[in-house]
Amino acid sequence: MFYREAGDFKTTYAADNQTFPIKIDRMGYYVALLVAFLIIPFTINDYWANAILLPFLIYSIAAIGLNILVGYCGQVSLGTGGFMAVGAYACYKLMTSFPEVSIFFHVLLSGGITALVCILFGLPSLRIKGFYLAVATLAAQFFLVWLFNRVPWFYNYSASGQINAPERTVFGVPVTGPNTESWATYLFCLVFLVICALVARNLTRGMAGRKWMAIRDMDIAAEIIGVNPLKAKLTAFGVSGFFIGISGALFFALYLGAVEVGEAFGIQKSFLVLFMIIIGGLGSIFGSFAGAAFLVLLPVVLKVVGVDWLGWPTDIVAHLQLVIVGGLIVMFLILEPHGLAQLWRVAKQKLRLWPFPH
Amino acid sequence: MPEQLVFAMEVFTNGLMAGVLYALVALGFVLIYKASGIFNFAQGVMALFAAMTLVGIQNGQVPFAHLINAIFGTHVHSFGWNVPSLFALIFTVGVMILLAWAVQRFVFRHLVGQEPIILFMATIGLAYFLEGFADLMWNSEIKTLTFCLPGELCLPQGMNLAIDDAAYNAWGVGFFIDNLDITATLVAIVLVIALVAFSQYTKQGRAMRAVADDHQAALSVGISLNFIWVLVWSLAGFVALVAGIMWGAKSGVQFSLSLIALKALPVLMLGGFTSIPGAIVGGLIIGVGEKMFEYCFGIGQCFGGVINLGGATENWFAYVLALLFLVFRPQGLFGEKIIERV
Repeated sequence: MFYREAGDFKTTYAADNQTFPIKIDRMGYYVALLVAFLIIPFTINDYWANAILLPFLIYSIAAIGLNILVGYCGQVSLGTGGFMAVGAYACYKLMTSFPEVSIFFHVLLSGGITALVCILFGLPSLRIKGFYLAVATLAAQFFLVWLFNRVPWFYNYSASGQINAPERTVFGVPVTGPNTESWATYLFCLVFLVICALVARNLTRGMAGRKWMAIRDMDIAAEIIGVNPLKAKLTAFGVSGFFIGISGALFFALYLGAVEVGEAFGIQKSFLVLFMIIIGGLGSIFGSFAGAAFLVLLPVVLKVVGVDWLGWPTDIVAHLQLVIVGGLIVMFLILEPHGLAQLWRVAKQKLRLWPFPH
Repeated sequence: MPEQLVFAMEVFTNGLMAGVLYALVALGFVLIYKASGIFNFAQGVMALFAAMTLVGIQNGQVPFAHLINAIFGTHVHSFGWNVPSLFALIFTVGVMILLAWAVQRFVFRHLVGQEPIILFMATIGLAYFLEGFADLMWNSEIKTLTFCLPGELCLPQGMNLAIDDAAYNAWGVGFFIDNLDITATLVAIVLVIALVAFSQYTKQGRAMRAVADDHQAALSVGISLNFIWVLVWSLAGFVALVAGIMWGAKSGVQFSLSLIALKALPVLMLGGFTSIPGAIVGGLIIGVGEKMFEYCFGIGQCFGGVINLGGATENWFAYVLALLFLVFRPQGLFGEKIIERV
């Protein structure tokens, strides 16, 4: 009744090709941006920022990155944790080596460095695929974590082997280090998320995205119609690595502040991000957001319900969380392989005809 | 004999023994992969689950005791009895068969015909589920596993003194081998012989091989795929149980047990996914390779310590070796050439 395209006439090609062709979608998008940029920064507090909003924003970037690789290009990667670690350590080295440069560029550069590393580990994808490739990326995961643990140059020879984010400011407001305000870190991450989401959305709509999807759907056919698999796969690895590197840098510099690599970027992180895109929806930018939100909120909700209301011990709730996440993964794969994003799509389709479906 | 050579030999032998344990886990993978094309990531967690169940039954733990106590405010912890190992083993096998049936009935029956990578991700989900389930059921404390057959025949602990003495008399240097590793090797040999005999000489085994060869042809001669898949998952569960007992007796029943599953992946890359001998040879190569690499380059004992990477290379050596293998010989040493390339 209220959600439909009737009467919304497009008069230009640009209007025809816009990201949100339906007016109410477009309005919703602008409202969401307004709320995110103009309302939340004034109402945010430390608990919300650290427990929900920051992890959501940062994991969304990582999920978008992995979704480009797994969801759009069909190359399964279990090395996300390792690649995030590359972003984090690159950011740390840049922050400490060039303190006069703005951290904004440090984060972007660490994304670029991660992209290069990711392409390097993506090279085997030219010969292998499926879970053979998954194991190859597993090698990246373990090797990178070991490297950052063992080579003192990466952590500037500090005695603890940890890396600590020094204080850096943007327009005079500290965004890293101990004296940050939650609204500043929130806004900094939000800017990156919005840029990443826009870039990813438009890449996947364009030529690059179509090439990736062609490779994913059937690589031999894609090669025959003129897609260069070498270029397509390696660009997917590169773009994915760029986003994952940014999220790793933000995760270290803004969210954690101090990082011990095995703990923060272990194999569990790789699985967490993979689960986000499976639950959210493979091959969907919206799905990356939905999955990240779901898996960030789930532990918080479980803790509130289990520990605070029911008074259960925390270890039971933690185990229950594993059971629920594992069960959900299997359930989604069986019932809705395209995840929450598909549910959202179906709901919108229904809404278009509502209340007269025939 | 120079001391260093003896050390190197010691490292080599211990690597061989560790490789046997990797091969045990890899064996379970191969069984399931051959019969159903599912790459079972949950194999390691199955080993953990089996070992926990065994210890739980032995010690008379009440299943889900923590959860029951939290919900009903009771204080139950154990039945107060100790079950002999052999009975506990039989019970555990029963539990693993039940698990195999449940996995088949509730998960993979609904995923027949899906792409392999979807099945792979489903087993990752299964691994998470099973891990949480095992912790809920038997709680997550580190448990010690002692396994005794009737007649005081326990799994041995500690180093083998006879070999140590013999080495000392011959070369004047001690030689360390864990008793448990020797036992594990013997058990693995028996297990492999039993598995081969089962698949070659029994009706069910023959049906299993038929399914592995061609699903549709097997179906058309009247073999029940469902039954064979449950059978295969049960066998894999049994192999997981044996692996769980060996690893559990070696280093305690704890979460890290499930991480050996990850080590089994490179073993399979090396040996080939479809070959039982491949799993064994691959396990041995990885076991020896990572121990020797650590000895030579990780802590810098070879070539006068020219290369010293600072230790803990065991974490990644296996994967990088598998990576190299993938680039140059993707089907592994013994695998069939099924790899699709673009």
